[in-house]
Amino acid sequence: MAEFVANGFLRFDAIVPADINERAIDEIGQLNAERLLPDGMKPPHSRTPLDDCYPLPSVVGEYLRLPQIRGIIHSLVGADPVFDHDWVHHIPGGGSYVQPLHVDAATDSTDPTFDVQLFWYPSAVARGEGGTRFVPGSHLTRVRSSGLHRYQHIVGEQQVACDAGSVFVFHHGLWHAGQPNPGDNDRWLYKIRLNPTEPQVRLWDTTDFTDVQSPPTDHIFARMQPGSVAEIFRTWHPWMGITDYRNDQIQRALLWRYLTGDDDFDVDYYLTRLEGRADLVEGRA
Amino acid sequence: MAGSSLDEKVVGWAFHDGTEGAGPQLPEPKRPGDGPYSNGLCALQDGWMLLQSAQLTSPAPGQEHLNAYLEYEFVFERRVDLS
Repeated sequence: MAEFVANGFLRFDAIVPADINERAIDEIGQLNAERLLPDGMKPPHSRTPLDDCYPLPSVVGEYLRLPQIRGIIHSLVGADPVFDHDWVHHIPGGGSYVQPLHVDAATDSTDPTFDVQLFWYPSAVARGEGGTRFVPGSHLTRVRSSGLHRYQHIVGEQQVACDAGSVFVFHHGLWHAGQPNPGDNDRWLYKIRLNPTEPQVRLWDTTDFTDVQSPPTDHIFARMQPGSVAEIFRTWHPWMGITDYRNDQIQRALLWRYLTGDDDFDVDYYLTRLEGRADLVEGRA
Repeated sequence: MAGSSLDEKVVGWAFHDGTEGAGPQLPEPKRPGDGPYSNGLCALQDGWMLLQSAQLTSPAPGQEHLNAYLEYEFVFERRVDLS
């Protein structure tokens, strides 16, 4: 969970069984072709509870009901999220379209709540053949989608290359872009966005929480706890200058306060320092 | 760049080629994933002209710890003789 907060994504290689992957292409191909037709296959309405989306025998429904997929979903957005939207992204072999870098939807709220987007690649994606480009660590920025279009290359960006049945989970704010597919094989992607309906507090397996939760005094220029959440929050993405990095650490700490219910949490003392002095001004020392 | 100085490392780049491929392309990076130049000074040394440096603005109150776009953007241009 701390890695998700620091990086903005998680990847699960080959987590969906081969049988489901193989059957999925026909169904998502049909969805892709028919979703806007008057009588074709349709996605759910937005705000549909996940449990009611794509009832069996839908193959997409099988995927969404896999215990390992529901476990990922539960850990991030709870047991009863709702359907925001989905989309099938098909890049045929030889496709040359380059999508500009962007974030989805509109500029989001400043509170720490978040949606997730699950990117399921039911067929293998070879390196350089249409895998989604994304920028680790970009998820806690405040941008307008079209403002990112000018960034053709960012140091540290990645492009998905994976085995069939791999799932990438993105924080809704992660910068990403579809890429050309000069290869011979089609690249298929089924993406679903889910909204939480409960506070996203300690929804994941927290059996190791007391071992890894660092105190607010954990400070790179003082004392550090090895193997802690603070250590993970010192991940410095290569595109970040020092100010970006420190600001992002503050945003990670604020998100972690929401996720854990620990309003004192801090990494490298930035919030604690300011809050301590703010108390002096208020006369509450 | 990573900071406000021209000799800071390159963290992102874009190339718009007005020659449609007829002119020289960007040099290959020293390592995969790195920029074509280590920093802005190297671009000057390779013949690019600096058109605009990044504007430095104070953060608005309440926005001090929010990241947005890549802040330190420098624009270079190069004129190419295609005759």
